[in-house]
Amino acid sequence: MSTRLVAGGSVIDRETLVSFTFNGKVFNGHKGDTLASALLANGQTLVGRSFKYHRPRGIMASGVEEPNALVSLGDAGRFEPNQRTTTTEVFEGLTATSQNHWPSLEFDIGAINNKIPRLLPAGFYYKTFMKPQWAWKHLFEPIIRQSAGLGNAPKEADSDRYEYFYAYVDVLIVGGGMAGLAAALEAGKSGAKVLLIEQTANLGGRLAVDDALIDGRPSDVWLEQTIAELDAVDNVTIRTRMMGSGVFDHGYAMGYERINDHAPDNTAPRHRLWRIRAKRIVTATGALERPIAFAGNDIPGVMLASAVRDYVSMFGVSAGDSTVVITNNDDAYRTAITLKKAGLDVPAILDARPEANGPLPTEARNLGIRVETGKAIASVKGYKCVSGVEVCDQAGEGTILETIPCDVVAMSGGWSPVVHLWSHCGGKLNWDEANAMFSPDPTRPPLGADGTGFVVTAGTASGELQATAAMQNASSAGRQAATEAGFNSVDGATPVVIANDEDPMLPIWVMPQGAPYKLRSKSWLDFQNDVKVSDVRLAAQEGFESVEHTKRYTTLGMATDQGKLSNINGLAILADSLNAPIPQVGTTTFRPPYAPISLGSIAGEARGKLFKPIRKSPIDSWQAEHNAIWERVSDWRRPYTYRRDGETTEQAVTREINNTRNGVSILDASTLGKILVKGPDAAKFLDLVYTNMMSSLKVGKCRYGLMCNENGFLFDDGVVARLAEDEFLCHTTSGGSDTVHGWLEEWLQTEWWDLQVYTANVTEQFAQIAVVGPNARNVLEKLGGMDVSSEALAFMSFGDGELAGIQARPFRISFSGELSYEIAVPAAQGQAFWDKVMEAGEEFGMMPYGTEALHVMRAEKGFIMIGDETDGTVIPQDLKLGWAVSKKKADFIGKRAQERSHLQREDRKQLVGLLTENPQDVLPDGAHAVEGGKNRYGQENMIGHVTSTYFSPTLGHSIAMALIKGGSKRMGEVLTFPVGKDRVIKATVVDPVFYDKEGARQNV
Amino acid sequence: MSNAAFILNGAAFEGAVTVTEAGLRGMITLRGDLGSEAMEKAVKASVGVALPKQRKIKSGKRGAVAWMSPDELLLLVDYDQADMLVAKMKSILAEEHHLVVNVSDARSMFTLSGAGAREVLAKGAPVDLSHSVFGKGAIRRSRIGQIAAAFWTLDGEELEVVCFRSVGAFMYDWLSTAAAKGSLPEYL
Repeated sequence: MSTRLVAGGSVIDRETLVSFTFNGKVFNGHKGDTLASALLANGQTLVGRSFKYHRPRGIMASGVEEPNALVSLGDAGRFEPNQRTTTTEVFEGLTATSQNHWPSLEFDIGAINNKIPRLLPAGFYYKTFMKPQWAWKHLFEPIIRQSAGLGNAPKEADSDRYEYFYAYVDVLIVGGGMAGLAAALEAGKSGAKVLLIEQTANLGGRLAVDDALIDGRPSDVWLEQTIAELDAVDNVTIRTRMMGSGVFDHGYAMGYERINDHAPDNTAPRHRLWRIRAKRIVTATGALERPIAFAGNDIPGVMLASAVRDYVSMFGVSAGDSTVVITNNDDAYRTAITLKKAGLDVPAILDARPEANGPLPTEARNLGIRVETGKAIASVKGYKCVSGVEVCDQAGEGTILETIPCDVVAMSGGWSPVVHLWSHCGGKLNWDEANAMFSPDPTRPPLGADGTGFVVTAGTASGELQATAAMQNASSAGRQAATEAGFNSVDGATPVVIANDEDPMLPIWVMPQGAPYKLRSKSWLDFQNDVKVSDVRLAAQEGFESVEHTKRYTTLGMATDQGKLSNINGLAILADSLNAPIPQVGTTTFRPPYAPISLGSIAGEARGKLFKPIRKSPIDSWQAEHNAIWERVSDWRRPYTYRRDGETTEQAVTREINNTRNGVSILDASTLGKILVKGPDAAKFLDLVYTNMMSSLKVGKCRYGLMCNENGFLFDDGVVARLAEDEFLCHTTSGGSDTVHGWLEEWLQTEWWDLQVYTANVTEQFAQIAVVGPNARNVLEKLGGMDVSSEALAFMSFGDGELAGIQARPFRISFSGELSYEIAVPAAQGQAFWDKVMEAGEEFGMMPYGTEALHVMRAEKGFIMIGDETDGTVIPQDLKLGWAVSKKKADFIGKRAQERSHLQREDRKQLVGLLTENPQDVLPDGAHAVEGGKNRYGQENMIGHVTSTYFSPTLGHSIAMALIKGGSKRMGEVLTFPVGKDRVIKATVVDPVFYDKEGARQNV
Repeated sequence: MSNAAFILNGAAFEGAVTVTEAGLRGMITLRGDLGSEAMEKAVKASVGVALPKQRKIKSGKRGAVAWMSPDELLLLVDYDQADMLVAKMKSILAEEHHLVVNVSDARSMFTLSGAGAREVLAKGAPVDLSHSVFGKGAIRRSRIGQIAAAFWTLDGEELEVVCFRSVGAFMYDWLSTAAAKGSLPEYL
């Protein structure tokens, strides 16, 4: 069984014990252990169950590529499913539970699936769609939903916090192994600003495990000296526990820093997502070892050969007592040698190649290890753990020659360079026949804004699997990146690496070569999603020729490990099944992130009170103190109504409306957009952007205006005030200020750059306070200051002066139909002005009203609301606003579009008013009118829908506006609105102006 | 201007970095031909300094002037002086196409002081805030988190941030969160 060895372990601190639990059992590990190494040290080799067949799963790898050993970590606000034990550092108090089993890890009912794999073939999911029709909904979907996902979703809010960080560097190096460090040395010497990031807690990569001599120094000495040298220079920064997770356009890279996953606390953020802009990115991301597809290769105890020696060397942990190595290359012999030297048993090395006589096989033989060439594994024996291997010839069909007892199988099918980051942004790959792998093609890099490549690969990630060549490649990559980033790199001597030479590998995709179905159906490709050799062959047989289709059909590579171990093997099998060369089949697309990153890190700080900005008016705190019931209006929060004790919201709205119509009320209209437009061509410009004529507006006057887009559709409205011959103040909707400002600037900067016009968004410079109702003038007169009489300040005009000692600009405009002044005052004095109005208005029964009262009153007047009566497909003419569309102007935005036949049609949906048969029935918002008969889908023929609907306290009647097909010709018609099961509301089409059609009340 | 109120009454947060609401500041948006003599004269007459170069802010005894775009400047002056200076510049620029407007009330302003101040901003602004690039007299018009903002440093250490008034309270919460003790990356 697996256990802690008495010696070894370069990254663990044997003095410091750390205790943690796995499925409730208390285990001890050492500081520096990963959860995987600590579990192995405690003899825990069964750690989970697979997705589809619930097969027992053990630890297979030692890094980010691990497909099997995923667990749920923590609890409550720190619960997180599907965490890799191989990248989780243990800490005191860590709790882990295994996943995807019931009732227990040891005994799992779901494993019944394992007995009936023929019922769950490739494409099972898609086949369930086909027939019988009822089965998907009633049988398969519930089952699939029940079994989907490995771990459970967290149920509580995440108790940690997260953040972003923006960094700018000349050279970003991803990977802190030999190649990354060598590249950093070279780039650093040039003076370039270098950031090197390493996903694990330790620098050194494979060099920390596989010894070599570098410039005559043992590799650990070289590592130590190199890191010290880099630490000593200011322009190079190294950060560990930070994964290069994605490369994007223009040298943009994402770094995923796990700040305190290894030592949770409540001060620092848990993860920090770095958004790095780099002139050049060096990917020194190494390579991943490939599994071999033989029967039973998923049984706990079958591991990657490199992982087996990582556990011995880095963590002082043996994966088992007796290890059979199965390989097609020389590198795996290092595992056998390491194990033997650690005093562990290696009964045999099975090498699929016909011969193996390089330095490493020779060393293994000299250590007394039995080496069998041309041999393969026919089948692994065992279920929850390996008990032995059945040996056969690689060339045959699996005739068993002997059985070797063992508890670990260390497999190596060769290595694949980690090309993900190179490929994220379009770097191309070549098929390297000799090493049977895809490597980056340096002549086809991802291109930056200037058309040159911005990613350079270094070391093994370039496809240089031998240490000597990898070092040369990495040093040169460091120099190239620095030079291309604009620095003078210094040509120095590249460190000379002496390591054992390796003989060529032999590509092995199926073991043995002629494996029959019985073996192929037990030979795993994707361990997490349970995809086997037989599944890929079935997909090919059923016509899935594209690798992307096969991937989705079989789910190969679609698990949380994104096929780091399975993809190359899978596409080789597909190529073989299709009788096509591997490069012709190609790879699936590499997409960021390289490995899963937390959702928290993507959200960053944007949660809780920082989730989304809330814009607050200058009167906001007063409103909050006066029981405002809030409503979101784009990013603003506005009072919907001010509810008094004992009132319902509805009663409050009615009270506010009645008080405004009969006395006087105050409204905070500060959120309205205000855009200053100034210049000799300002009037000309506004004639182009508004549908109506603005150039004829007199100084001191206001005019309601409409803005359409190029397609003729109405998108914003508001009152324009002419401040001077060359200066206008354009009011926009509350949600539209930024859009309209951007719209104006876009036309000025890109189309009409010859016009002499400047704009400025002054929305927030002013608090805008509306005093509304028959007593409005009395209140203002009581405030004292400028003349607000109808003579001095007529309807649709404005003035500049002072009210109550505060600089003020009252506009005589009305959205309620009442006598109304909208008074703009400097925002910082908005609250002071509001207070004075409330005080002066007390004797007149002054009270504030909210947006709902505003809405009801404007609907009573038949005023439209952008977003209610418009939806992006409505033109002014549809809304009876044709009077505001100039027929005299030569051009304005939307004019040409409105001439198109479709927009001229008489049966377009047009605005109408509606009065319900029963005055108390309020139509539901959005209710559809039907006209009898069915369409070809068997649905009722619909002729339009309700856009605004309220009960009007002023009229004592429900009122509504609607957009109805040919509505302007339906006056007096009774329309039918089905509003639910068997219920129908009938309403008569009327003019949409319900109240004070002459406008007498506002013009006093 | 006894009625004038700023939003948080000068609230301050002491974390790894100190965040303080800076109070009312006079701000004037000035658009026009930045190469014209009248423009130079108008700026000099208001704040007493010459025009800043691209992405720079210049300060003098009477205020500061910041480059905002190829045809826009932001003048920082005493709050009470803003309207008077707007009128003054209008008359100096009367003969040429321009726009000058008091925007003091539209803004909230914060200062960040302490060694890690620039790292706090780098958590939300896609801007190179390293000492060598964002030094004395640097200004950027950008965003912080989800909010539009401009920020600058006059002395290379203390940072000043402005945003729209309506999101001032949100900005304060954002800056205080980013400035929490123990949360600086210690990279810049």
